[in-house]
Amino acid sequence: MTGILVYSEDSDLQLQLLSKGRELSNSLAVKLYALVIGSNVEGYEAHFLNYSDVVIIIENKSFEHYDVELYKIGVVEAVKKVNPDVILIGATKFGKELAARTAAALDAGCITECISLNIDKEGNLLAERLIYGGSSIALEKSRRKPHIAVISKNIFKKTEPSTSVAEVLRLYIDQPKSKVQILKKREKSKLDTGLEDASIIVAAGRGFKKKEDLDLLRELSSILGSKIGCTRPISADNGWLDEWIGISGKKVKPRLYIAFGISGTIQHAAGIRGSQIIVSVNQDESAGIFEISDYGIVGDLYTILPALIKLLKKMKNLES
Amino acid sequence: MCSLKKIVVLVKDIPDLTDIWIGQDRRPILASVKRKINDLDKRALESAVQLKEKYGGEVVTLSLGDEKTRTTILDALSSGADSAFIINDRELTGLDALTTAKALSVALKKLEPFDLVLCGEMSLDTLSSQIGARIAEILNISQVMYAKRIDLTGNKIKVERDVEYYEEVVEVELPAIVSVIREINEPRIPSLMNIMKAKRKPIIEWDSKTLGLSVDELKKLSSIEILDVKAPLVERKRIMIKGETPEEVVEKLVEALRSEGVLRDLK
Repeated sequence: MTGILVYSEDSDLQLQLLSKGRELSNSLAVKLYALVIGSNVEGYEAHFLNYSDVVIIIENKSFEHYDVELYKIGVVEAVKKVNPDVILIGATKFGKELAARTAAALDAGCITECISLNIDKEGNLLAERLIYGGSSIALEKSRRKPHIAVISKNIFKKTEPSTSVAEVLRLYIDQPKSKVQILKKREKSKLDTGLEDASIIVAAGRGFKKKEDLDLLRELSSILGSKIGCTRPISADNGWLDEWIGISGKKVKPRLYIAFGISGTIQHAAGIRGSQIIVSVNQDESAGIFEISDYGIVGDLYTILPALIKLLKKMKNLES
Repeated sequence: MCSLKKIVVLVKDIPDLTDIWIGQDRRPILASVKRKINDLDKRALESAVQLKEKYGGEVVTLSLGDEKTRTTILDALSSGADSAFIINDRELTGLDALTTAKALSVALKKLEPFDLVLCGEMSLDTLSSQIGARIAEILNISQVMYAKRIDLTGNKIKVERDVEYYEEVVEVELPAIVSVIREINEPRIPSLMNIMKAKRKPIIEWDSKTLGLSVDELKKLSSIEILDVKAPLVERKRIMIKGETPEEVVEKLVEALRSEGVLRDLK
């Protein structure tokens, strides 16, 4: 056993994976490596000094854009250097590309979107993941090293920093020219982010008829101090909100999730399964969402939502 | 003038997910479930057919399947593919992503020269989204994932892609492999005439021998094994709240949420 290597371009996610990685590295009595790749990562190691044994930094101008082919060369270089047993990569869209491409370069297996991770007695990696559109959980075994696992945000919790400080290892590499030329780039607005950390989420589905009607949801949201989520059609097809919740979008685990006009496809259900309490309002009494709800209301969101807002406002006034 | 010679679309036939039932033992029942083309692969095919309509060339599909794939693939041939190639070999079932990508890459080599390989960003049954990136690495061709628009510019392709933090337009040289997301298009519904025509289009089946694949080597290389598949336990209360008026209903709801302790300070 030689080590656990952890990479994500998202530093919050990387810290969560390092926290899980620490658990694995302790049980295997191996070192924990945090990998940093970028074009300008001056001081970036500070994030990980109390979360790993070694921070590996690969800095190169070519890493200015998330070019998967070039980043793969970076990861492979780190793998050659430390020969890890396990590689954990954050399951962002870029992370998934990178993990698969790196796995191919290393002739290694790779398990995408793990929701649990363990090492068995023989040193194999065991992972659970959702399959069949999110309706089932598969238990998979990776029986050859390096084991590569790709993990979404909020599957594992970030732990407290340790008091010991990691050493820093710098690697230098030559890079080929990128095959990808970027013609245009638009950063997305980050107004609706924070869903993954929200403790209450109110969410819209296709029961909403017009974009303006989301104002009702916004009003409720401001009273509850919640975040606003939605299903894929509301975001991807209608463009009413920036990001959606589901197997292909954000996976959330609030203490309270209230679904308005959401039918409850298996893809959406997979994104909210970590919620503590799920409430759903839908006109169709046979909607699948009721199967996965703690409290269901068969009714028109256009009458239920205003009534709920009115009641909460009244309660708020009484309390203050 | 831009032109294309060949686009290969990777098409996987998967169980119709809406047809999967969960049995008493919490295991999904797949035996009698009919199969269909992975929705995202159908969108990749639609993109290929649209490019063909604009720039010429032929569209072929490539699948790793079994004896049932011949039937499923008719849908692709009805939707504009000119011919279909299927790797069908009893020995090659149950491959992991690593070995699937190897087998597909060997088949792609046989289909060279091609300009473009298209596929869905993932197959909706296994959700592993690895094949496209692995093939790019094995064949050493340009890789662009999560495309929502594809066009040709000279001997390059221009792709609009969508990831968490940004949207971008990139250009890469051909040959390239591009994966598409759901938003790229709505696949056409084939006309009755095209469905009839599809039956006369060639379906070519390859086994490991034809491809020169060593089954033993692939099996040895395969590293991921599925030990068990089970539906998650859904432990929800499933309480339906009823009342005469919306006011009564929401009052009961708020009361329930308060006693659950999930409704705390209102803003």
